[in-house]
Amino acid sequence: MSGLTLQNVTKEFGTFTAVRNVELTVPHGTFVCLLGPSGCGKTTLMRMVAGLDLPTSGSIRLGDRDITNVPTHKRDLGMVFQSLALFPHLTVGENIAYSLRIRGVGKAEQKKRVDELLAMIHLTGYADRPVAKLSGGQRQRVAIARALAISPKLFLLDEPLSALDAKLREAMQVELRQLQQRLGITTIVVTHDQREAMTMADTVVVMNGGEIRQAAPPVEIYRRPADTFVADFIGMTNLIDFKADGAGTQVLGASVPGLTIPNSLPSGIISVRPEDVHLTAPGNAPITGTVTFVRDLGGTIETFVEAAGKQIVAVSMPNARPDVAVGQSVGIALNPDDCVVLKA
Amino acid sequence: MRREPPQKLTDYSPLVFPAGMLIVFFVVPFATMIAVSFFKRNPSGFYTPDFVFDNYARFLSLFFGKVLGFSLMLAIAVAICCVVLAVPFTYLLSRARRRTQVLWLVALLSILSLSEVIIGFAWSTLFSRTAGITNLFVMLGIMDQPVALNPSFGAVLTAMTYQALPYTVLVLYPALVRLDPTLTEAARTLGASPVRSFFTVVVPALRNTIVATLIMVFIFALGCYLLPQILGRPQHWTLSVLITDQAIYQSNMPFAAAMAVFLVLVTLGLVGLTIYAGRKGEAA
Repeated sequence: MSGLTLQNVTKEFGTFTAVRNVELTVPHGTFVCLLGPSGCGKTTLMRMVAGLDLPTSGSIRLGDRDITNVPTHKRDLGMVFQSLALFPHLTVGENIAYSLRIRGVGKAEQKKRVDELLAMIHLTGYADRPVAKLSGGQRQRVAIARALAISPKLFLLDEPLSALDAKLREAMQVELRQLQQRLGITTIVVTHDQREAMTMADTVVVMNGGEIRQAAPPVEIYRRPADTFVADFIGMTNLIDFKADGAGTQVLGASVPGLTIPNSLPSGIISVRPEDVHLTAPGNAPITGTVTFVRDLGGTIETFVEAAGKQIVAVSMPNARPDVAVGQSVGIALNPDDCVVLKA
Repeated sequence: MRREPPQKLTDYSPLVFPAGMLIVFFVVPFATMIAVSFFKRNPSGFYTPDFVFDNYARFLSLFFGKVLGFSLMLAIAVAICCVVLAVPFTYLLSRARRRTQVLWLVALLSILSLSEVIIGFAWSTLFSRTAGITNLFVMLGIMDQPVALNPSFGAVLTAMTYQALPYTVLVLYPALVRLDPTLTEAARTLGASPVRSFFTVVVPALRNTIVATLIMVFIFALGCYLLPQILGRPQHWTLSVLITDQAIYQSNMPFAAAMAVFLVLVTLGLVGLTIYAGRKGEAA
């Protein structure tokens, strides 16, 4: 088995700590997305897994083997770079066969493997073309095929789809996920695009400031964010202050019945997704607010409501269109089950 | 931005100045030289206008053939030494910190400010028996007694390589800086050691630049006429030395011109061959 285990990994560049005490286990055959804003340390973390940077402290294990200080070329991994880094002086076939040539694989076997990989990426017959003559999506596939030529234990992709246009990117996300499931290869993708992470990953690892903030399946990341950063970074959310005492829980100047606060926090923040904010007639709900703006996007309708000086966004589907106008007073109903209680 | 080809005659007006300069300072002198190479030498004076092939005929001898062969061989040797030294050096330099890069480039540029004469005499001191580097080797116990390293072919080659190396580095530097550093990283993730990735990715990716640099250093070295005289024996003298000798000391301008024209033709032929071979290699 070739799962990946990171223990207490830290990377410092001078006085700057890029990655701090990262603990992460990637079970064999799973797909993990490292997600975070730029500068959060996700690329540095991946470069350490690849051996292109060495950790300041901590250890990295692949299966039973400690690879913390093993040089990159002895790690038997495949990596796709953001720039793709296809070799401009080689043809498509030669690019894909590079890792085989380096390992001294025979010419006939190289050709067989290249043909296999070209068929896998739907580019059969392209072996003799120069890479400069390919389109963006084709280059992307060649870079993936090149990385997979030796059937690596670990497949790493650094922002692999960022150079593609939106439509192609969505298609490649699905294709990449299907490919990974077919090959059953342990895969790590670095991305700043949460849609990409949600589409492909078994586990999404949200990073910020060099630390892992939450590592969980995509839906759990969305439904049960671990802190306000994750709640805010993944999708849209309403972060609302609350105060709790013996009498009940005060949210936006009103008491929300049924909302129980764990660990008897005296105050904090609740995160409510916009689709969980229900607008009703004033008086039907404990919280009252005034509509300030309505954005009808066709597929969804976003209603901005100001309540107790705080802007709340509610998203509704067209079949549940709230019949409201700007300036109108509305009631805001929150289901306690939809509220995630977070520390401030 | 897409540029349009010039439409009217006036669109070519920006070219007038450079074209004029090129004609006055390059085409006219070169044409004069070609003309002079067919003139007849006047032993009592300078030369008289004529149209004779004597100068070229005289050149077609075993002696001048050998000198030409040696000159080409020396220039090729210098070009290869420079490129072999400069490619790895410039590669490491382009990956170094900004400050280190600036310091090295300033040092290299300062070599360019030295005249060929100073370089020649500095190396002749360094290679001498009495004050040369062999004294250092004796002190370190590597050698028993100091020896003179010049005049010799090695001394000529060393000094010419030294003189041409800054140009080589400066020509290679922009190409190496532009080379995507993730190319070598990709090679390493695919199983190539750093040295292997240098030879399988950096060198082939820079093929055209390296060929262009070889040609540049080759031509630069062909024109060198002082260092072979200072550091070499007469058999190490290049055609450029003989041209200088004929033109200045023997006052045989037509013969010097004929040799120069011949040298230019041979050089052009070799450069053309290199480019042709490069095209062939690319197509294969």
